[in-house]
Amino acid sequence: MFIMKADREKPAKVTVGIPKALLYFKYFHLWESFFQTLGINYIVSPDTNKDILNKGINYAVDEACLSSKIYLGHVAWLMGKCDYILVPRISSFGKAGKVCTKFYAIYDLVMSTFTDSDFKLINYNIDSTNSENERKAFVKMGVALGKSKSQSLYAYIIAKQTQKTQLNIIKNEQLKLLNKDGIKILIIAHRYTVLDKYIGEPIVRLLKQMGTTPIFGHVVDTKEALVRSEEISKTLPWLFNKELIGALALYKDKVDGIILMTTFPCGPDSLVNEVVIRKIKDKPILNLILDGQEGTAGLETRLESFIDIIKFKRSDEID
Amino acid sequence: MTDVKATFPHLGNYFVPLEVLFTAGIEVDYIVPPPITNRTLELGTRHSPDFVCTPFKYNLGNYIESLEAGANTLVQVGGACRLDYYGELHEQILRDLGYDFRFVNIGSTKLTKPLTFYNILKEINPDMTLKNIARVLPVVLKMIQYIDEAEDFIRKNIGFERNPGEFDHTHQRFLLEMRSIRSKKELYNYYIKYMNIFKSIEVDKPKKPLRVGVIGEYYTIMVPFSNHFIEKELATMGIVIDRWMNLTNSVIHDFRPEAKEHIKNYVTFDMGATAMYTIDKALQFAKKGYDGIIHVKSFGCTPETDAIPVLQNISSDYKIPILYFSFDSQTSEIGIKTRLEAFYDMIIMRKEAV
Repeated sequence: MFIMKADREKPAKVTVGIPKALLYFKYFHLWESFFQTLGINYIVSPDTNKDILNKGINYAVDEACLSSKIYLGHVAWLMGKCDYILVPRISSFGKAGKVCTKFYAIYDLVMSTFTDSDFKLINYNIDSTNSENERKAFVKMGVALGKSKSQSLYAYIIAKQTQKTQLNIIKNEQLKLLNKDGIKILIIAHRYTVLDKYIGEPIVRLLKQMGTTPIFGHVVDTKEALVRSEEISKTLPWLFNKELIGALALYKDKVDGIILMTTFPCGPDSLVNEVVIRKIKDKPILNLILDGQEGTAGLETRLESFIDIIKFKRSDEID
Repeated sequence: MTDVKATFPHLGNYFVPLEVLFTAGIEVDYIVPPPITNRTLELGTRHSPDFVCTPFKYNLGNYIESLEAGANTLVQVGGACRLDYYGELHEQILRDLGYDFRFVNIGSTKLTKPLTFYNILKEINPDMTLKNIARVLPVVLKMIQYIDEAEDFIRKNIGFERNPGEFDHTHQRFLLEMRSIRSKKELYNYYIKYMNIFKSIEVDKPKKPLRVGVIGEYYTIMVPFSNHFIEKELATMGIVIDRWMNLTNSVIHDFRPEAKEHIKNYVTFDMGATAMYTIDKALQFAKKGYDGIIHVKSFGCTPETDAIPVLQNISSDYKIPILYFSFDSQTSEIGIKTRLEAFYDMIIMRKEAV
């Protein structure tokens, strides 16, 4: 019945714009597969570059975190290039944990920031404590884009499977790397920091150039990680940090060093990094704060000396 | 009496009801943290991570100074923002510094459920009786409300007192004598008596005085030292100060549904922690035709930072100036004064122009 109605009205073909920042790096399999299955056009903003960052800095409040500035830059890039911009709003995953208030606020933050432009956002709200779960949010989103409830639900189920398969492939690849010889460095960072081409990826590249193998904290079995996180911290409220801390507990003994990579001035990380540094005493830790300003020269020096320390330690252990 | 000497970080003048709650309700000794000074902030800052929010640093400074004063049981609560994770790191830092203490982390437990509340307090003193806490808790809650009402009145009048210092002096006496009150009836009579004294203090208030609303982050707005005594500064300029945020309005009553309804033209979802209240009150001050608004927060406070674009929209829609302050452990006194004076000059010129 719903399908018939949708067919009769034949809504004009719409294009959804997806900012390549923040939650994109966690959900892109899910989002892209969902829109593909529904036959909805979508565009993704390009990798972060100097221009996008500068745009974001211009729109953002000075004190906002670098990651949210980058996000606003991507939203600005999408303005005028699509009919709807996907700005998900998440506040709670129920018992699993909450998220930084940035994700509570981001929808209204975008709405209040770009007051001079004409644009539409898609409503996508996850708030498990108020029984707004992911499935419901996706069905609503599909309906808002002119599809039927059943079509949207079907697309969500397909997308969820695709996401699961893709994440398993990535996890298995990392498992192989964990058993490799040579120096392995565990990177504990939010996906939107370490996977961003402008701020995180240069560091990953440098680590590889130095002959080490980067291991990613975000590539982990979530359920297992959440349980193991309690070994390091029992009262951690934020799901994304909990997952990373669990990965730290899981991978710690298989790596030679740990890099905590944080965008300035991340609220949750400001506390969590300190807890990690105070509790993990048996591995060298490098705390990298990224503000989007520095060139790679300074970073290179810090990474080199960090790797040197690890090499000394290893040769000591062999002797 | 047990040998427990409990303490909780400073928050405005609420050490008075807290002391009653601990000593009469939970039946343990209570160490009121020494008043916040530069040393408190320095101690807290030295042992805190760099860009953690300033309330974390103040709390840590309070704990250290309370431990020095003999406290052996530290209590921390949870909240809707980073506060939710303060406790674990505070405890770790203090252990690393070598202090010996018990840490009771109430965390994000729902305090609105009386039984949960009771069980948590039992952690502080296992011998505590339900009868006692049930008798004292209502007195404590009323104390909080009366303090808030009195301070609200003071803020609106202190800038116009004929004999400088009279309000402050009476306020201090009001708080000091309150510490010995243990019954609701006695408290009520006491409150009536003091409100009459406050109201009898002579003021020279113009018919249409300058009115400024203060909004912002929970801790910074309620702890005068952390906002560089901004309310006092405004009072000396002869301004009516209106500040809604206090424990009565945030912990005792839940105004979130109303706030959300009021601001629906500006905001769709809850933006986290106190952001909704900040926006709601800004809008209310704007609609009431106040002369200006001052927004205070600690550096990097995410929910309050995210509220700023909304405040900017309210400011331009209602043509009301908003001054933004962000405090950290390094904020310069002179910078604040200069900005406040410029703000005052602007609002008074606007008023005269109208």
